[in-house]
Amino acid sequence: MEVLKIATAGSVDDGKSTLIGRILYDTHSLTDDKLEAIERNSRQKGFDYLDFSLATDGLVAEREQGITIDVAHIYFSTQNRSYIIADTPGHVEYTRNMVTGASTSQVAIILIDARKGVIEQTKRHFYINNLLQVKDIIVAVNKMDLVAFDEEKFNKVKEEIQTLIDGSSYKGQNSTCIPVSALHGDNVVKKSNKMPWYTGKTLVEHLEHIQAQDVYEEAATRFPVQTVIRPKTDNFHDFRGYAGKLYGGRLTIGDKVTVLPSGTQSTVKEIFFYEETFESAEKGSSFVLTLTDDVNVSRGDMIVKTNEQPTVGKELEATICWMDKKPLTTATKYGLQHGVHNVLAKVITVETHEEANFSETITNQHALQLNEIGNIRLKLNKPIFYDSYHQNKHNGGFILIDLQTNTTAGVGFIK
Amino acid sequence: MSTNVLQANILESEAIYILREVVAQFEKPVLLFSGGKDSITLVRLAQKAFFPAKIPFPLLHIDTGHNFPETIEFRDQLVKKLGLQLIVRKVQDTIDAGKVTEETGKYASRNILQTETLLDAIEEFGFDACIGGARRDEEKARAKERIFSVRDDFGQWDEKNQRPEVFDMLNGKIDHGQNVRVFPISNWTELDVWSYIEKEQIDIPSIYFAHTRETFLRDGLIWSANDEVVYREDDEKTEERVIRFRTVGDMSCTAAVLSNAYDIASVVQEIRRSTISERGARIDDKRSEAAMEKRKQQGYF
Repeated sequence: MEVLKIATAGSVDDGKSTLIGRILYDTHSLTDDKLEAIERNSRQKGFDYLDFSLATDGLVAEREQGITIDVAHIYFSTQNRSYIIADTPGHVEYTRNMVTGASTSQVAIILIDARKGVIEQTKRHFYINNLLQVKDIIVAVNKMDLVAFDEEKFNKVKEEIQTLIDGSSYKGQNSTCIPVSALHGDNVVKKSNKMPWYTGKTLVEHLEHIQAQDVYEEAATRFPVQTVIRPKTDNFHDFRGYAGKLYGGRLTIGDKVTVLPSGTQSTVKEIFFYEETFESAEKGSSFVLTLTDDVNVSRGDMIVKTNEQPTVGKELEATICWMDKKPLTTATKYGLQHGVHNVLAKVITVETHEEANFSETITNQHALQLNEIGNIRLKLNKPIFYDSYHQNKHNGGFILIDLQTNTTAGVGFIK
Repeated sequence: MSTNVLQANILESEAIYILREVVAQFEKPVLLFSGGKDSITLVRLAQKAFFPAKIPFPLLHIDTGHNFPETIEFRDQLVKKLGLQLIVRKVQDTIDAGKVTEETGKYASRNILQTETLLDAIEEFGFDACIGGARRDEEKARAKERIFSVRDDFGQWDEKNQRPEVFDMLNGKIDHGQNVRVFPISNWTELDVWSYIEKEQIDIPSIYFAHTRETFLRDGLIWSANDEVVYREDDEKTEERVIRFRTVGDMSCTAAVLSNAYDIASVVQEIRRSTISERGARIDDKRSEAAMEKRKQQGYF
């Protein structure tokens, strides 16, 4: 079954959790017991309507404050396909969660309060979705019930959105505006009879028409080696297989390949998956391959087609989104994880990206605070084998790991 | 030599990728095996991830003593068939050692007690990664869970301070004494698991299929009548019913559903039509709105 991955973004009180709850309810994805729990808790809070956000705000602190703190993953399906929604918090201070959600998603739903129109947060959401090159954007203009389902109000928001799109650097995006009322269900799954002037698709109808394609799978063939399989059993005494997941393209027996970083050339000999062998393997599949030559391959190495090689280098330039409370400064060392390959990185220069931060309070031009976005130059202790992010999402992204706390401190997009 | 092309099954491929990362990034991983369909699915995924080599980690079963006998029987057969290493640690031993106190009364369960036994086992063997079959669709606190979820020295989950997981990169770096809970089938739904079991023809314990059993009713749910383990009031009369179980937890906290699904295809059909969630029959989740989150903070899987 096809899976479409979606990330949601919106400001506090734009009704994001309510929208997701509404989608679940109207696609009959909420089972009776879950629905009863929502009814019970809504009543207890004294609401005279069903508070769908109770379906998704899974943490006590979230329900207390009535806000979403952390990314939640929500699943629903239609006749057509399965959907995974990464429900990301809308607060400014939680930008890191938004980047997290968007990094695996193909579609973004950005919520706007019809009364407020485009605000700073909306610009930030657009910026992040541009940076991560999210293909499809749906702008859900919510709370239409509170502006009397007024077409003028909707058109005004649509114009503001168009201005944002015109100014964006990433041009490969498809965006659509849909007027909805998540609370009452207008144009979410069912067509609204209160907005006859809107003739487009409902939100879920629109999702159903988007072609599902994994975000990592559109580029050149890359096979990062996760682990070496050496069974040492009687049947497989000298077996030496390389286990990994294939990103982009297809590998076939007989393909001429190069092992990085050594540069050794060889040929694909066999493709194993469990008890079967295959002639070729498609992008996205996990398998074990063997090579015709006895070459030295270990975890973190990458097998690529000889005629499709990435850049091999020890210096990087990237855009970076900072996710840690401890600021990013020059001359600091971090662990750099690029796929399944770990090296050490030293920060040569950092510069904040003024247009990306939408704030007048940048205190230090040469350091990045939590949730700030900037440019970075890095020197590595060992080479990595990379593509630019705009050419290859999987092979163009990396994370920086704080060497003291081990936390994932930042995410980079290679230029 | 076959001439076919290996196509990606997104969820299967992701789970295998995660299992391989565990083996590559940690020194002493273990698979938490309950005998339920999710951990059985994990065993198959682990076979696939490392074939032609054997599964490179042991299974750990926290035996509450309230298990269905069919589950234990199944567990032992599976381990034997695949030549796996099985470690069993018993909640009864933790109780006997005076570390925890058994609950009493109508809703008594050992569900919470097993956390202590699990944490002791992790310390005893020095496990640094515990692979579990939890899924995000099961429960809303689990929906907030990472794939690599770091636990401190006390086994606790700090839900407000989780590492971001970007792309499919898994950062398993931890300090000595910490451990990581790993959830390879995070993104699977209940139906995904059942469809996979059907497609792969994976054996599962017989209690997942319709059978006749002595049962009684409480709070609108059907309970297995087993007076040694499940507390029953005098006025809770038993009756033979044709039922099956949707999840395999303890007898004392897992209710049955009326069913005539005798084979896997009918089970899948039944799940598709069901209007009750899987954990709807788990009394351990019904203790409060935050029951799962609280247990997770304390070190539950």
